[in-house]
Amino acid sequence: MKVTEQNRHIYWNPYFGGFLLGLIVLFTFYMTGRGLGASGAMKSTVVAAVDVVAPTHAENNAYYSKFISEDKSPLNNWLVFEVLGILIGGLISGGLSGRIGWKVQHSPKITKRRRLYFALGGGILFGIGAQLGRGCTSGAALSGMSVLSVGGFISTIAIFGTGYLAAYFFRKNWI
Amino acid sequence: MGPLIPNEIIPYEWNNIIAILIGIAFGFVLESSGFSSSRKLAGVFYGYDFAVLKVFFTAAVTAAIGLYYMDYLGYVNLGELYVQPTYLWGGIIGGAIMGVGFISAGFCPGTALTAVAIGKIDAIVYIVGIMIGVFIFAEAYSIFQPLYEGSYLGNITVVDYFGANPYWFIFGLTVVAVLAFFVTDIIRRRVKKVFY
Repeated sequence: MKVTEQNRHIYWNPYFGGFLLGLIVLFTFYMTGRGLGASGAMKSTVVAAVDVVAPTHAENNAYYSKFISEDKSPLNNWLVFEVLGILIGGLISGGLSGRIGWKVQHSPKITKRRRLYFALGGGILFGIGAQLGRGCTSGAALSGMSVLSVGGFISTIAIFGTGYLAAYFFRKNWI
Repeated sequence: MGPLIPNEIIPYEWNNIIAILIGIAFGFVLESSGFSSSRKLAGVFYGYDFAVLKVFFTAAVTAAIGLYYMDYLGYVNLGELYVQPTYLWGGIIGGAIMGVGFISAGFCPGTALTAVAIGKIDAIVYIVGIMIGVFIFAEAYSIFQPLYEGSYLGNITVVDYFGANPYWFIFGLTVVAVLAFFVTDIIRRRVKKVFY
């Protein structure tokens, strides 16, 4: 028990993790012809939920209707299954390292409440941005760069570039 | 011969099974690399931890080199791989909004999922936020539509669009990555340590 307590924040060497992640991207393209993703599954969840609660509204909306088909649920989607896998994989890794537990992680300089507000606001922005940019860091940026897609490089530069530009205004939350 | 499932070398019925297996590997690697910690992720923007840059860049370069090698050896046909469409301004402004979201929350969607898996409540709130964001985008789609569908350049790669030689381009990208690793290590030594 004491050993796991001490090792809670010992992570892999980033080059090792990056190399394995690269092999996963490679394997995904080799198998399916497409890359990884994450935000697409959250989009599918919202589309499915709206389609259940207000089916006519979903069909009349020009955005939801792109992702609704007669013969299958929006949740019957490759990315939704992949995201279920991410949750299982994260649980296995966290479990093996003793990192599982309910927690709000934040800098000691800010309150728990402030952390949660910023997490919610950041999520809303990321949700909007990932629709406009047609994918998030996994789907648009990482998978896109792997096939040398112009859009992949644009997403990467825009996400991280803006992150650096805005970092000053959010510094109290982190350092 | 590859990609295997679109070319029916592996039956399509395996598609969702493979999705879960790939997801498990993806989630395991992200969590083990420390990406379930928002404070570790945010370090890349303040110079106290460059794990994001190292993992992300190493992965992209590994995958690009691997794909071009497999194409060269005839295991995969690059022309059959999906290249996302490029919408110039949608990509730039969408990316900028994501950048602010990233620094505000300290997560991106994939990393937040691994944090949800180990019980981080801030990550659960973040995922709920993403869904609200998707909902706002869809409900206000008429406002976003011109940007979303405008400045379309096609499903282009740097090879198609700039006429770049892919082998030299990947070589250049690798050199940039190694230089970035080297420079960020110097920066990190000079920045005040943050313990998390």
